[in-house]
Amino acid sequence: MTGFLLQRLMQAAAVIVAMSVIVFTGVFAIGNPIDVLIDPGADQAIRAKLIAQYGLDQPLWRQYFAFVGNVVRGDLGTSMVYNVPVVDLVFSRLPATLELVLVSVTIAAGIGIPAGIWAGYHPGSLSARAIMALSVLGFSVPTFWIGMLLIMTFAVQLGWLPSGGRGDLGQLLWFETSLATADGWSHVIMPAINLSLFKMGLMIRLSRAGMVEAMRTDYVRFARAQGLPDHQIVTRHVLRNISIPLVTVFGLELGSTLAFAVVTESVFNWPGVGKLIIDSILQLDRPVMVSYLVMVVVLFVLINLVVDLIYARLDPRVRLKGGA
Amino acid sequence: MTAALDVRGLTTRFDTRAGLVTAVNDISFSVEPGRILGLVGESGSGKSVTGFSILGLIDAPGEVAAGEIRVAGTELRGLAPAAMRRMRGSKVAMVFQDPMMTLNPVLRVGDQMAMAVRVHERMSKRAAWARARDALATVGIPAPEERLMAYPHQLSGGMRQRVAIATALLHRPGVIIADEPTTALDVSIQGQILAEIRRLADETGTAIVWITHDLAVVSSLADEICVMYAGRIVERGPAEAVIAAPRHPYTRGLLDSVPSGHAPGQPLPQIPGSTPQLANLPAGCPFRPRCPRATDLCRTTPPARGSDGREVLCHHPLEAA
Repeated sequence: MTGFLLQRLMQAAAVIVAMSVIVFTGVFAIGNPIDVLIDPGADQAIRAKLIAQYGLDQPLWRQYFAFVGNVVRGDLGTSMVYNVPVVDLVFSRLPATLELVLVSVTIAAGIGIPAGIWAGYHPGSLSARAIMALSVLGFSVPTFWIGMLLIMTFAVQLGWLPSGGRGDLGQLLWFETSLATADGWSHVIMPAINLSLFKMGLMIRLSRAGMVEAMRTDYVRFARAQGLPDHQIVTRHVLRNISIPLVTVFGLELGSTLAFAVVTESVFNWPGVGKLIIDSILQLDRPVMVSYLVMVVVLFVLINLVVDLIYARLDPRVRLKGGA
Repeated sequence: MTAALDVRGLTTRFDTRAGLVTAVNDISFSVEPGRILGLVGESGSGKSVTGFSILGLIDAPGEVAAGEIRVAGTELRGLAPAAMRRMRGSKVAMVFQDPMMTLNPVLRVGDQMAMAVRVHERMSKRAAWARARDALATVGIPAPEERLMAYPHQLSGGMRQRVAIATALLHRPGVIIADEPTTALDVSIQGQILAEIRRLADETGTAIVWITHDLAVVSSLADEICVMYAGRIVERGPAEAVIAAPRHPYTRGLLDSVPSGHAPGQPLPQIPGSTPQLANLPAGCPFRPRCPRATDLCRTTPPARGSDGREVLCHHPLEAA
């Protein structure tokens, strides 16, 4: 177990290093941020001074090592646009994304998994076919379009919900979050549903497929032959088996949603990190881009680690081994 | 004495795309307590479907279309699903062919067995585990306490099959249907399990229906043999008699295909052809295309069951020796 964790941490470190090089080089290649930042009327002297100030006159490798050196000291750099430390910037936006994503994955799993299990338990029934049709819509209709439809319907036509923004914040444990206020919930629910549809479709299809497969296995037949009622067979025997792929996908989706809820955040004008990264790319705000992407890598590595640990708990055949 | 299991006229059909398939066609047999019935046939002869029909585990598009199934005098057909479920495991149990697949890989053996205990009897988890441990000991598993804590993948195939048999025995059912439980095992393990089963039948009075394609297994184990072909029982009689003097040409063919008793190096006699498609049975006797004794009568008229101590479904049975 300790060996496994150690090995995982070393892998994570290697991934982070590789990723930072790729990101840094990529960002270096897409252009000079000074051209965007500076007043077009500024003269060459001011331009040169600024370039020197950000270290952009240095060769790539030197810039990279300067960046790494700063990161090691805990300094991820300062946003060129907002002129605040990147860490503060990201952490000021992170709670908004976190709450949005948590609500949306809860909706996706809470509705998607039971619906998929139902559809897999009654394959061919009318309700199962309806669920499957909806799941196809869920992950084939573009998110932004559904988002706009939701806004049109519930914000513009019916006027039940606000069309965007984050709403009032309240204190929940240590966080300032809109999940603590009714107004906050009214703001979060629509983008969360929008964000959950794709994942819900995925969860439905995965759990249905697992269910259909599992119900045909011999251990289910054997359980039936012992006189176990179906609800017990599903909850005690099958659920555990099908939860293994579900956990994998759930983890991946959680990570990618946290990092790239961009479209939904843009449609609903949600002040989360997705919007931050898009803005920073548009403005060539290098420190934000680089640091953000490195943080995303760390996030993915962490989520995968947790997924592996859950795996080992779910499936006794999986043993967490260190070494090769 | 009431038979532990009495099956009369059982017919099971599947409504498939190829048409209505009669997988089990009007079969009858009964087993007394403590006796072992061997149900023998090739793949697709309907022997497993017979087992599942008895337990009421035929799923759509299949259905038990006709017949009576009595377990210790209780008619199972027409029971409400919940009542049928209460019979399964407690009065009639089943063991499957592949021990690698019949146990849930992610649950401890003890949890699975305790679940099977508690579904029919209200008792504490601890008591259920104790019952499971006793059942494991009954089937000759050493250190049952440790086996209960194990996951299926930590046990050998023979051990797993013993666990499955122990699970079937938990409620001391009057009938156990064993669907080729030794086919997937090593020959030495097979022998041990057969001996174990024989002992259990003798000691507990459980009636056993032993489904197999292996005549050699059944000849040493069973008291009575039913030979199935294309969904019908074509020959039925006491084991020694059927083995020593088969009367149906198919049984003869099966016995001749067993390697023992032939000179080494000589080609084994085979039954020509293969089992017919159930959806597309030949008119008359279904075995006719493969039968060395077939006549024009067999081509047109299905044979009726003639009963003179032995039941043989044939127009031209071999003479009793």
